[in-house]
Amino acid sequence: MYTKNGNTEDILWDVLVIGAGNAGLCAAITAAEAGCSVLVLEAAPPDMRGGNTRHTRNLRATHDAPTDVLIESYSVAEYFDDLMRVTKGVTNQELATLTLEKSAELTRWLGTRGVRFQPALSGTLNLGRTNAFFLGGGRTMLNSLCRHAINCGVEFLYQTPVQEMQLEDGFCEGVLLEDGRRFRAKKTIATSGGFEANLDWLSEGWGNAAQNFLIRGTPYNKGVVLKSLLARGVKSIGDVDQCHAVAIDARAPQFDGGIASRIDAVPFSVVLNKNGERFYDEGEDFWPKRYAIWGRLVAGQPDQIAYAIVDAHGLTRFMPSVFTPIKDDTIAGLAGQLGLDPAKMQATIAGFNKACPEGPIDQQILDGKKTAGLSPNKTNWAAPIASPPFYGFPLRPGITFTYMGVEVNARAQMLMEDGRPAANLYAAGEIMAGNILGQGYLAGIGMTIGSVFGRIAGEEAARALNRGLK
Amino acid sequence: MDEINLVEMAKAKPSDKRPYDQNAHDETARIMQICNACRYCEGFCAVFPAMTQSREFDVADTAYLANLCHHCGACYYACQYAPPHEFGVNVPAVLAERRAETYADYAWPRPLGQLFARNGLVVSMAIVAGLAITLGLMLAMIAPHLFWGVHLGEAAFYQVMPHNVMAGIPLVITAFTLLAMGIGAVRFWRDVGAGWPGWQGLTEAISAAGSLKYLGGDNAGDGPGCPVGDDRNSHNRRHAHHLTFYGFMLCFAATSTGTIYHYVFGWQAPYGYFSLPVILGTVGGVMLCWGTAWLWQLKRAMAEEMKSLRHLGMDYAFIWLLFWVSATGLALLALRETGLMGLMLAIHLALVYVLFLVLPYSKFVHSLYRSIALILYSVKR
Ligand SMILES: Cc1cc2nc3c(=O)[nH]c(=O)nc-3n(C[C@H](O)[C@H](O)[C@H](O)COP(=O)(O)OP(=O)(O)OC[C@H]3O[C@@H](n4cnc5c(N)ncnc54)[C@H](O)[C@@H]3O)c2cc1C
Ligand code: SF4
Ligand code: SF4
Repeated sequence: MYTKNGNTEDILWDVLVIGAGNAGLCAAITAAEAGCSVLVLEAAPPDMRGGNTRHTRNLRATHDAPTDVLIESYSVAEYFDDLMRVTKGVTNQELATLTLEKSAELTRWLGTRGVRFQPALSGTLNLGRTNAFFLGGGRTMLNSLCRHAINCGVEFLYQTPVQEMQLEDGFCEGVLLEDGRRFRAKKTIATSGGFEANLDWLSEGWGNAAQNFLIRGTPYNKGVVLKSLLARGVKSIGDVDQCHAVAIDARAPQFDGGIASRIDAVPFSVVLNKNGERFYDEGEDFWPKRYAIWGRLVAGQPDQIAYAIVDAHGLTRFMPSVFTPIKDDTIAGLAGQLGLDPAKMQATIAGFNKACPEGPIDQQILDGKKTAGLSPNKTNWAAPIASPPFYGFPLRPGITFTYMGVEVNARAQMLMEDGRPAANLYAAGEIMAGNILGQGYLAGIGMTIGSVFGRIAGEEAARALNRGLK
Repeated sequence: MDEINLVEMAKAKPSDKRPYDQNAHDETARIMQICNACRYCEGFCAVFPAMTQSREFDVADTAYLANLCHHCGACYYACQYAPPHEFGVNVPAVLAERRAETYADYAWPRPLGQLFARNGLVVSMAIVAGLAITLGLMLAMIAPHLFWGVHLGEAAFYQVMPHNVMAGIPLVITAFTLLAMGIGAVRFWRDVGAGWPGWQGLTEAISAAGSLKYLGGDNAGDGPGCPVGDDRNSHNRRHAHHLTFYGFMLCFAATSTGTIYHYVFGWQAPYGYFSLPVILGTVGGVMLCWGTAWLWQLKRAMAEEMKSLRHLGMDYAFIWLLFWVSATGLALLALRETGLMGLMLAIHLALVYVLFLVLPYSKFVHSLYRSIALILYSVKR
């Protein structure tokens, strides 16, 4: 029903949504429920639809009292403090507050549209107070939302990457696909993610180092729509090198390695660069709090590679990894397998072991078992790497998503360089996350931003078309 | 050396898709290692919480996990690493493969485990042989006019086949079947290794098995059911299986009451249409026919890539054998006062004998190993 006579331009859709991730689906559903005709253009084939959303597992939501999926309470004020702490204040406070307040409705809104959450207090991560976990992860969540969207009359086209946004003075007249097809709509909502899968664009912020980055999520978020918008006068927000980046297993695929390529060894390891030297305090804080700095740290090392080394005792202290660690009975042997200088690695490990305090470590607390006289010291959980076999995990920076995007207002309208809202253009999700995340990251806020702004964008587009909301 | 080579070298492990028709254990272990680092599916069923108790997966671990899986399919549609992703994660299919492998491995006598490989053919041949032998026996024992005759009243069935033969054959078969399955059960239990579950654990496991909790769509068993042909959930599988299982149990109850009538009260079959054994058998038979036909339809509707194609023969053979046992039972009831009674009885009995004979080498064993796996799950948790 999306073409007449094979000519896609003949139909003037009420709302066109670009990208079928969380933000796009929330926008499409909201607009369709309000009575709009909605077309979603998705770059990926159906099996790989849903961008980074397919890799997610939870969203962060405020709540005053325990719910079926969240324990205790998490006030907007506390949420806001957390956000200010991680972003160091680089955030649009109005939009941030709006997001956090509106996060209160999300689990119910999604729930009534078929998304299921794990019951509160289950699950492997201790985030039951702040984060609601999708039963079966992001892909199940997407499947449910797509199902619901189809039931609401939303039309989907797959393998239809938008190449160019046709903008005239802030008015979107249509979008062009790679294959030359053109689509028109009264309102267009861009939910096509960041540009993390575009290594060349990443290089603008990171230099050549970016060529050694692995992309944890979808290969389809290349920022084509974003670039096209910015080139046609939409105002940008955020720095090109700001992103969420973690250290992941270097053996992960270039794209889509997802959550499983995560390495949790760091706090119980020594981390060496390719010269066999330590370069940062592995035991600075609990892992969830330090998880997201290690991408940047590894990116700063020669050839953007590092190696987390643990011994037999250390290995059982963290979640198992997707790739079997490289194993050897001796440090020198392990060095050989990892391609490090055996003498240098032995010296570093011996020096580290000598600097370790006596007695067992306690991983439940910041145990203060720190090394003495090293530079840098390991300030918690410092235990000698002494019980064979020894294990090594090669680490690379793994980019989750980029923050630079389009600036929006509280109605999810894109702003033009002169500060006026664009006439018929809205944005939600990663493509505008930089409005709220100038830097740093709070687990689960990516999905929250996408759902909240997706709903706002869908609602505002419908309202501007005089479509009543249910 | 340069680290690129290392990276390439080590990459082989999780992304290298090996064919698993030789050894489903290896592929199961590979996939479980990925799941164990991911755990997004932890809320669906018992398999994922059980998986987190290991870091490496040996043969007993994968046997346990495979039999814990109800093949509901939820984790296939959930998986961001499902094909075409290079990790190629397909938990339902590989666990189905591994499950079938364990049926063969735990079969007693061992060599008969081979019967699982071409199960459709084996069962068909058993049916043909069973029919031939039963008919041959009957015709050898009684005069042809009796076979085609109309028999009414008490002990009518025994006019065409003496009671001691009719009951004696299954007695021998059942004794063998129980022995074979008992040995398999003990070996499975020993391999997976766990202690006594306690009464609570046992009740938990029985209730999980009896309610098909893990076809419910989540850990608590009260989700929207499970997907069949696409990602939409329904309780169809659960209901079809309930019809089949409880239908089977009703038929079993019918036979048991019949046996009690015969030996305790000295009442001879056939029993009246409104007698307990006939009512139980009729209701059970109808449920079995309906349930198995429905299961078959659902199995066909299931996404190809989720099935263990090599073992479809086993699945279908068992489903159809059950269907025909109950269908012929109902036909016997309908025709028992006509001249076709002898023939129907022969066919029905032959199918019943075959069913019991092949039980230890048929899909039936899934109920045994899955129940044990559920009990072990209660112990290990
Ligand atoms: C491994 C991993 C785990 C994560 N876990 C979490 C988590 O647990 N909680 C959380 O809050 N956040 C998490 N995130 C971040 C989260 O994924 C994102 O914040 C969120 O999914 C963004 O949603 P979105 O709809 O904006 O973008 P996406 O979900 O990426 O959707 C963008 C869509 O646009 C399509 N697209 C791109 N370009 C075009 C084009 N030119 N034309 C047409 N379509 C196009 C893409 O194919 C894609 O489907 C995780 C990210 C990764 C990579
Ligand atoms: S099936 Fe896929 S999504 Fe589920 S736990 Fe395994 S790897 Fe993760
Ligand atoms: S029971 Fe269902 S969710 Fe669990 S492993 Fe089997 S197919 Fe996957």
